[in-house]
Amino acid sequence: MLERFLDVLNSNGLIAAFAFIGLLMLVCNLAARYLTGGRIHGSAIAIAAGLLLSYIGGVATGGTDGLSDIAMFSGLGIMGGSMLRDFAIVATAFGVDVAELKKAGMNGVIALFAGLAVPFTVGAAIAYAFGYTDPVAVTTIGAGAATYIVGPVTGTAIGAGSDLIALSIAIGLVKSISVMIFTPIVAKRIQLNNPSAALVFGGMMGTTSGVAAGLAATDARLVPYGAMTATFYTGFGCLLGPSIFYLVVRSIVGG
Amino acid sequence: MVIYGVALLAACLLVGKLLGSLLGMVMGIDADVGGVGIAMLLLVFCVYRLQRMGCFDDKAQAGLSFWSSLYIPIVVAMAASQNVLGAVSGGPVALVGGLVVVAISFALVPVIARLGRGKYAKPMDPPESTPREDRHA
Repeated sequence: MLERFLDVLNSNGLIAAFAFIGLLMLVCNLAARYLTGGRIHGSAIAIAAGLLLSYIGGVATGGTDGLSDIAMFSGLGIMGGSMLRDFAIVATAFGVDVAELKKAGMNGVIALFAGLAVPFTVGAAIAYAFGYTDPVAVTTIGAGAATYIVGPVTGTAIGAGSDLIALSIAIGLVKSISVMIFTPIVAKRIQLNNPSAALVFGGMMGTTSGVAAGLAATDARLVPYGAMTATFYTGFGCLLGPSIFYLVVRSIVGG
Repeated sequence: MVIYGVALLAACLLVGKLLGSLLGMVMGIDADVGGVGIAMLLLVFCVYRLQRMGCFDDKAQAGLSFWSSLYIPIVVAMAASQNVLGAVSGGPVALVGGLVVVAISFALVPVIARLGRGKYAKPMDPPESTPREDRHA
């Protein structure tokens, strides 16, 4: 009986994922209403629960795809994969106010460049402080502090080893996950309550998954604004990382 | 029909990704530069024009709002399939670096949001305590 049930789950991965996520959202929404009195959004709790489940999945299987490495949850990888995620992100643009977009456009562009310069510089400085003095290592870790895609792309382009690439992915992951968790907590303090600030936020943080999840847990109406600038971030990061950023690091650190 | 809305969404995403990868090719990097962002701008533009022409009915809009309301569940599924273990076990550089970068970037958001505007943009109405999933529909 149980075996048959698991068979059904395994062979209908995406459908099982819909049912599972629906159940998880229900539990988290109830927890938000009755345990926190509505102070914390159900979606924030659900995202945190998802990350916790990812950790458990990673410990249980030793794989890199969180809970979806367990066969019966493999559909989570499809549901949360980049194809459906991008599809749903674009759909959120349906609620965008064109006037807001025009008003805040320039700040979004400024944020995009500041958002890349800051993690490059800070990440590189921290790498140096931890004893990485080779320009390739410093650049790769600094690029990882932008996103976990910019890091590996930059590292590969300038010939970094796989240990450095893994480290740059790890730093990008820490960034993305902490953006998911801390955004709803600090939202009020950084005045993240309007489309203009959300556009800047997307450009500053850049991690599409972190920005999207963090804003979803703060106020779902802000998601399209943040997601729009964030999607440009990784592309520009991959462009600037192995070129200008590497040249600057090499001229400072030498080698 | 609902499928018209879904098809418009799909077409925007495909065109956006195509333009994004072409932009990447022009810039000499093997990556999609802002494809999703381009797709979003495209969708905003198309919906605006179609609504003005009066040929984008409620049913077609339902195809869009369905996918936009599935957004949060999809993000939860994404969170559940991340390499969290890898992030935690990446060592102190990863942990310290990631957290410090995020803290500084958070602090800069209000500074840059204020630039150029002089005045801060008007906050939206406070969200309801329990978010309705179809709010931005």
